[in-house]
Amino acid sequence: MTDSAELLHKHSFVELGARQRAKALLDAGTFRELLDPFQRVMSPWLSRQGVVPQADDGVVIAKGSIGGLPVVIAAIEGAFQGGSLGEVGGAKMAGALELAAEDNRNGVPTRAVLLLETGGVRLQEANLGLAAIADIHAAIVDLRQYQPVVGVVAGSVGCFGGMSIAAGLCSYLLVTREARLGLNGPQVIEQEAGLEEYDSRDRPFIWSLTGGEQRFASGLVDRYVADDVAQIQQQVSELLAQGLPKQQRSRQAELYLQRLARLDAAPQIEPATVRDLYQGERS
Amino acid sequence: METLSFEFPAGQPPRGRTLVGCVGSGDLEVLIEPGQAGKLTIQVQTSVNGSEQRWQHLFARMFDGQTPPAMAIDIHDFGATPGVVRLRLEQGFEEIGHD
Repeated sequence: MTDSAELLHKHSFVELGARQRAKALLDAGTFRELLDPFQRVMSPWLSRQGVVPQADDGVVIAKGSIGGLPVVIAAIEGAFQGGSLGEVGGAKMAGALELAAEDNRNGVPTRAVLLLETGGVRLQEANLGLAAIADIHAAIVDLRQYQPVVGVVAGSVGCFGGMSIAAGLCSYLLVTREARLGLNGPQVIEQEAGLEEYDSRDRPFIWSLTGGEQRFASGLVDRYVADDVAQIQQQVSELLAQGLPKQQRSRQAELYLQRLARLDAAPQIEPATVRDLYQGERS
Repeated sequence: METLSFEFPAGQPPRGRTLVGCVGSGDLEVLIEPGQAGKLTIQVQTSVNGSEQRWQHLFARMFDGQTPPAMAIDIHDFGATPGVVRLRLEQGFEEIGHD
């Protein structure tokens, strides 16, 4: 039976905008936005192509604390241009991560939380967006040697393209059931592989392969949490307090390559096949 | 895409500033800041072409019979309907009223 009291009490994280999400995760009263929308650091490229820009270019950077620990949060607004990263938004995120690493070298143990809701690079800004994403990758790898970088993919946009690589580089990853995580989005795969191979309109099928639950069951993310502000806040706080992981997932390429080499690619791959493959003996 | 400018008579500037909404499908972002005393200025960047009259009517109706605070309003519109525009503006006015 539906527990209506619980439903009414629940505060959805997925339904929040980027700024509200950042505020919801930070300790009450500690939210301090950097390069706020009133600075009007906007994309210089969108207007010229007839696309309405957003005052913060779809990326919110805020400093504050979580569980008393110093944190910088970068939150992507999925509703603006599919959360795509262009020159400005990408530079804001890369710059925030670079400054956090600099903090650590100066004795301030700043951690980072990335709220990833993005289709990847903004096609209108092409190479500038790609370059910014490469900077984000480098900055995550730099910062994560000092303090954890926690990635959160809550949904409903998911995390794709170059930013899925950024997610893979994070010290820890947290997802909800709404989340999807993959290098290519469903429509791109359908276009390249054909409808019989991958039907982008078949939602249960898409989520069964790239959804949060499947990624967790395959050992590719660290936490699988309900879409609830308090629970996500608590889990992020735990991960930040946990310190660095014993081994970075992205440093285990050899292990994953060995497992992929065992895959029989002839039959259509089932979600269970992927879980077995990645979990090895454990599944 | 079009950029439009509007001006209305106003009273004194408010103290606060606020941002409401988002440049998402069918929505808009409204930035409200204190303006020059006596003047309410509105800049609209909209994805819908040929909509100047609609914006003019919408603002005129909202400010009809009252003296609004002197605000500098910046709107980034992604195809919001007049109803949504009005709700977002009222939300913004309420937020600067609280400061």
